[in-house]
Amino acid sequence: MDKLLLIIKREYLAKVRNKSFIVLTVLSPVLIVGMIALIVYLAKVNSDDKRVIAVLDQSTFFDYHFENSVQESYVEFKGLELQTALDSVHHAGFYGLLYIPSATHIDNVADQITFYTKVSPSLDFLSSLEQRIQHRIRDEKLKELDISPQGIKELNERFEMNIVNFSGQKNVKGISEIKAILGGGFGYLIMMFIIIYGAFVMRSVIEEKTSRIIEVIISSVKPFQLMLGKIIGTSLAGITQFMIWIISAGLLSYVMLSFMGIEFDVINHQANISKGAIEALEASASRDTLQLYINELVQIPWVTLVGSFILYFSLGYLIYSSIYAAIGAAVDNETDTQQFVFPVITPLMLAIYVGFISVFDNPHGPIAVGFSLFPLTSPIVMMMRLPNGIGEGGVPWWQLITSIGILAITFLLIVWLAAKIYRVGILMYGRKPSYKELYKWLRY
Amino acid sequence: MPNLVVAENVSKSYGNYTALNNVSLEISKGAIFGLLGPNGAGKTTLIRIINQITYPDNGRVLFNNTPLNPKHIQSIGYLPEERGLYKSMKVGEQALYLAQLKGMSKSRAKDKLHYWFDRLEIGHWWDKKIQELSKGMAQKIQFVVTVLHEPELLIFDEPFSGFDPINANLIKDEILRLNQQGTTIIFSTHRMESVEEMCDQIALINRSNKILDGKLVDIKRSFKNGTFEIGIHCENQLNLEQQLSQKFNVSPGEFKSFDGASSLRVRLNEKDSPNDLLHYLTSLGTVSHFVEVVPTVNEIFIEFVKDNSNG
Repeated sequence: MDKLLLIIKREYLAKVRNKSFIVLTVLSPVLIVGMIALIVYLAKVNSDDKRVIAVLDQSTFFDYHFENSVQESYVEFKGLELQTALDSVHHAGFYGLLYIPSATHIDNVADQITFYTKVSPSLDFLSSLEQRIQHRIRDEKLKELDISPQGIKELNERFEMNIVNFSGQKNVKGISEIKAILGGGFGYLIMMFIIIYGAFVMRSVIEEKTSRIIEVIISSVKPFQLMLGKIIGTSLAGITQFMIWIISAGLLSYVMLSFMGIEFDVINHQANISKGAIEALEASASRDTLQLYINELVQIPWVTLVGSFILYFSLGYLIYSSIYAAIGAAVDNETDTQQFVFPVITPLMLAIYVGFISVFDNPHGPIAVGFSLFPLTSPIVMMMRLPNGIGEGGVPWWQLITSIGILAITFLLIVWLAAKIYRVGILMYGRKPSYKELYKWLRY
Repeated sequence: MPNLVVAENVSKSYGNYTALNNVSLEISKGAIFGLLGPNGAGKTTLIRIINQITYPDNGRVLFNNTPLNPKHIQSIGYLPEERGLYKSMKVGEQALYLAQLKGMSKSRAKDKLHYWFDRLEIGHWWDKKIQELSKGMAQKIQFVVTVLHEPELLIFDEPFSGFDPINANLIKDEILRLNQQGTTIIFSTHRMESVEEMCDQIALINRSNKILDGKLVDIKRSFKNGTFEIGIHCENQLNLEQQLSQKFNVSPGEFKSFDGASSLRVRLNEKDSPNDLLHYLTSLGTVSHFVEVVPTVNEIFIEFVKDNSNG
């Protein structure tokens, strides 16, 4: 036990002190937050460059319709000829001239509205200009059809289906998406962690082989102790890295926010969210709905979710990283690992794809159930199903227990097999092993 | 002398391949034991069994009269043939880690390390990484790490391969010194001449079988056959060989004479004693060289293997 702790400590320190690890850990959040800051900054710089647009409206349909915004300011020309207007726009260095000819009917006007510009206008700007004009035309036509704005508002009334489950609790739409994102997040986290830190374990085993220290060490400790210590030490280093990332990303974004707080208006503007969408959002976020959302979020079985995440994460990670350790032991250098690593990653990928495609659609369908029982995919797929709860309406208890049971048995079996391959492999040099050979090692 | 290590009918096979076949050995306390044999004979397998890296399929190994158990690990120091250190770890830290894995306390390991580093004058390497050191330097560290925990038994697998001559001598002297202090030493090598002079017990292993073991002097005595290398000055050199071959079995000698003396190898008949030969030689001329030919372990091995395969 003392020796295991020693190994864990060494593996942890060796990983954490590694230069590339430090650089990756410190730099990643800085880079990501820095990039966001850069984008925001660039957007700001870009928008500082205000466009001046001249409007020559001979129709009077659009009188004072164009309001200045963060990026554009409009100058109204009155009583000028088109050519004169164009000349002065050109001389003044304006962005462009919006020409609205005179006509009796708005349809005729609309047909001939032209935007004169030196450069081809940005898509962004053009669509916002078109939207403004379209709004105006719509209003005009509504007037023609004799429909009051009030009537339009009533027409636009949103319809929302009430969703109630059999026990009478009201549901909100959108909560399913939140649950899916939550489950997908957990699953994705497990996959990423396994792929990144499993490879670390493998590399560390190969390093011990190539530096030829392995036999020195296993004359002092059991190979299994070394393997276990390596896996635990590496995963602790991984958890440390994740923690640092989460905390520093949080801190950095906070700092960034307080520095550039106002700029979020710019982002919103850039995103070009139409007024209608915001209204809809506000409407749906009425107090009732909000209350329902909170109720639903509270209903999500957080304790079970976090508990099973820890369980599935640990078992899944241990299974995969011991396979990685066995691969590292079987080969002499990293280039030989490809043929073994690919089949290991395949079930992980499968789990993620099956999860995103099939499980979100039908969390309790046969595919979802199958993959959440199969031990190599269950950590990811079951985590995607679990936000729906356990028992009625969620994952049946028997499935959860069976899944964990199968996973635990597989864990014991795989670790036992991996330890056998590891024990033989670390003392084998200069051989490129085949699957057949690995099978033979199991019987040594 | 009581035995420190006793192997009883140890067998080990990997799949269809038999690495050790029913090998029994006794290694006395305080001995320098040579485990000799060609590559692939099974030496390393036997050593790994003693180190509890692998376990025998049959038979058992006793250490101080008790079957091997994990407690014995700290009584054994092992320098494997495939050896190395963590390249990116600092010397001191690494040595401490390996010592602690052998069950030493941190403070005791530190004391001992300082003792050895001072002794080999390598104290200033403490904070260097192995990759910054030369190969010879790393070898010294490797040796220190092996002997640091003052084990009762030290096992060296191909100890001098990869060591430069200066370091090899230094290490050799240190090993002999440790032996004088009571440490039992096992050398395992296929280069039999390299350890022959140091060993007092040997075992020959060939193709998974022990073919011979015992005290080196006894083995040599039983394998010598009354052959002498002689150097002699006499007037009639051509006649000499003819004259000698009437009484003895004569062949050309192997040593090079520097002063024109005839170099011959003479084998005694059963009834003659070395003195008879010497008397006879002095009557023929001036004897400048007279040495009994004692077979080297290598020669014994080759002869033995030849006999075995013929018989």
